[in-house]
Amino acid sequence: MTSDLSNFDLVIAGVGGQGAVKVSDIIGKAAVSEGMDVRAAETHGMAQRGGSVVNYVRLGCELGSLIPCGSAHGMLSLEPVEAMRYIHDVAKDGIVVMNTSPIYPITVTSGQCTYPDPQEIVARLEKDYRVVAFDAVALARQAGNMKTLNVVMLGAISSYLPIPVDTLVECIRNMVPPKTIGTNLEAFRLGRETTRQ
Amino acid sequence: MSGREYMLGNVAIARGIVEGAVDVVSGYPGTPSSEIVDTLASMKERDFYIEWSVNEKVAMEVAAGASMAGARSVVTMKHVGLNVAADPLMTLAYMGVKGGMVIIVADDPSCHSSQNEQDSRRYSVFSQIPCLEPSTSQQAKDMIPYAFELSEKYEIPVIFRSTTRISHGKSDIELAPIKQKKNEVKFEKNPDRWVMVPKNARVRHPHLLSIQQDIRGELEVSGWNELSIEAESTVGIIACGTAAVYAKEALDRLGITASFLKIGTYPIPEDSVRQLLAKTEQVIVIEELEPVIEDQCKVIARDVEFETEIFGKTDGLLPRTGEFNVDICIGGIAKAFGIDSCECKPAKQDMELPVRPPAMCAGCSHRGTFHVMKKVFGEDTVFPSDIGCYTLGIQHGTVDTTLCMGASISVASGIYDAGEEKPICCTIGDSTFFHTGINSLMNAIYNKSDITVLILDNRITAMTGHQPNPGMGKTATREPTVEVAFDKLCSAMGAEFVEVVDPYDMAATEDVLERAKAHEGVSVVIAKRACVISAARGGIRYTPFMVDTDLCKGCRKCLKFGCPAIEFDEVSKKASINSMCSGCGLCAEICTFNAIMEVKK
Ligand SMILES: Cc1ncc(C[n+]2csc(CCOP(=O)(O)OP(=O)(O)O)c2C)c(N)n1
Ligand code: SF4
Ligand code: SF4
Repeated sequence: MTSDLSNFDLVIAGVGGQGAVKVSDIIGKAAVSEGMDVRAAETHGMAQRGGSVVNYVRLGCELGSLIPCGSAHGMLSLEPVEAMRYIHDVAKDGIVVMNTSPIYPITVTSGQCTYPDPQEIVARLEKDYRVVAFDAVALARQAGNMKTLNVVMLGAISSYLPIPVDTLVECIRNMVPPKTIGTNLEAFRLGRETTRQ
Repeated sequence: MSGREYMLGNVAIARGIVEGAVDVVSGYPGTPSSEIVDTLASMKERDFYIEWSVNEKVAMEVAAGASMAGARSVVTMKHVGLNVAADPLMTLAYMGVKGGMVIIVADDPSCHSSQNEQDSRRYSVFSQIPCLEPSTSQQAKDMIPYAFELSEKYEIPVIFRSTTRISHGKSDIELAPIKQKKNEVKFEKNPDRWVMVPKNARVRHPHLLSIQQDIRGELEVSGWNELSIEAESTVGIIACGTAAVYAKEALDRLGITASFLKIGTYPIPEDSVRQLLAKTEQVIVIEELEPVIEDQCKVIARDVEFETEIFGKTDGLLPRTGEFNVDICIGGIAKAFGIDSCECKPAKQDMELPVRPPAMCAGCSHRGTFHVMKKVFGEDTVFPSDIGCYTLGIQHGTVDTTLCMGASISVASGIYDAGEEKPICCTIGDSTFFHTGINSLMNAIYNKSDITVLILDNRITAMTGHQPNPGMGKTATREPTVEVAFDKLCSAMGAEFVEVVDPYDMAATEDVLERAKAHEGVSVVIAKRACVISAARGGIRYTPFMVDTDLCKGCRKCLKFGCPAIEFDEVSKKASINSMCSGCGLCAEICTFNAIMEVKK
């Protein structure tokens, strides 16, 4: 169950190196510039070397940075299995925006574990949540750089965040390397199109 | 810079240090503390001195020296670093300081990136050095200038305890102006104060005890403890750190009111505790890790003969391990006060998910070293190791022990001394070697161990976020300095076999390790190759590699190497290399069929 202690609680899941921290940074900065209180928790250190990472961002919240179990308004997952791994943080009927293109962990490439079918993950999640799933790698490539995957995803979740889109765009401009602004804004636009009715 | 900014907890702490007009900052990296010095060292201009020291004991002593001379000093470390620095800490409590000195320690409940989850507040009680503990990043920043003042007033260092969720949390922070006036620096000779021979120590110990009540009294009203009494309620909460914030949210979600004491100082505010106990019938103490406050509250309750029931972790209502969150607080509060809670249990996950452990980066030189080490020494060798990125070698069977920093070599000696007949080859990173490995190596040589010591010199302190160390010729602020030569250092300590090799050259590494293995006594091999991540940041790029699918026979030999850039296509039964490849070329050396080659431009 979501609560009124926070305006919007977002779980950002992914794999170390995908740029999950950057996404939570842009959202957090944008929200603060809109006058909101923001609390965020990040994974640093050991887990960053290609491990599973989860960040929390709470917009309009003056409490702690950890989102209570089953109460997040939404999830942004940069990787399919990682969506499943942290889905218990999200409230029933919450919005789940996920990338369907997997990154195989070393346990899978070395044959110790098997990787589930991403479509099966989407089907499971659709039973309890509002799911928007798409191949964000393809869109990032279309934008001109695979590394903009995180910004594609940010674009997709932006339709649900209580932050004006212009503020987010402004923050992207200020927070990505100057040479990549064009590519990143295109990535944001492509992502946002997936969720704009 | 002033106003409101969104920042990392450690950046807020760094800002607090600047606002408090610091003169000298030292530290040794360690998650979750490292970004404090990283932030201060990367400032374009600064009016204070800053260094990465070689270990926490050294860092503590540098800061102590600065404060003896009257300067304001800060030393930063992770919780286990305080063990290394415990020797100066305990006597510094007697000796005291002149300029304000703040010891910043970042604890890691749940061991997110640590070998244990010890509670630094115990050191405050043990050493009788006061401790401040923030609940939010804002408080963390605001507490630092206060800590300097407190330290100067009582001429005693102050411990500042952070945790992962403060240090690595982000929030909006209200900035304050920077104090302009700096302390006057002048070391004044005063042997009674600065020379802790028995005669003086015997005087300083009672002095330390004598100031405790004054410090407690001052902290009681300092504003870092907050008491609110709910006249209508018979229950109360005592909480500290981030747990205090979780507890507030838990109360809200449970829909109950309770009197609340948030504790932010040690010694704890005893008067406030008494007031709370007088107004309540049941109290739960909510603190992460050790029952430091809980134990003291029970003593206070007994002394004043209050009937209030005190719950916490000694009765098992709350765990003594791991970090807390809102759900744990809801569970504890509900049990203590006998209320129904809709405790959230994660729904049973019936889909089996592949585990995703962290792994060494694509192109990490450690992977090459480990591969050859395993080939030369075979499975039937003991591989003591140490702490750093290379500890991830646990997945490759090349890490048999990890105790604490520097222990690889000494543990190897002990295993040898015990009479173990298998060959022993230990691995230790460059930063770890400087930290505490040098002593262990000297000991091994002096006491005639027959072991091989492999120093993994990737030219940086990688694990904690790529800080410079004495082996790379750069200081914390990236100023050029002398470069400590590993080979000369080891030879000077008496090692008779010392060789440097490039782990990207597998044949050469194999040859050196064969000879090291054959050598009787301590043999030292320095595997020297920059960490790919720091090399890339420095502008060094290698051409990526690819698999020629016509030549690939699908033998999976390259997959066993464990590079995250190598994948296998189950349909075509061929290996492939993805975009993570950083071009180290190690897999090409491994492939029996020469199927792996540089991508042609
Ligand atoms: C006493 C102590 N201080 C600090 C740390 C944090 N820490 C973990 S690994 C490491 C250094 C790793 O550097 P290095 O030995 O060069 O290995 P690399 O990560 O570069 O492979 C540090 C400082 C610790 N675990 N214990
Ligand atoms: S950061 Fe450097 S040392 Fe650490 S795993 Fe990656 S390449 Fe290896
Ligand atoms: S060359 Fe081979 S081993 Fe090295 S990073 Fe690329 S795929 Fe990995």
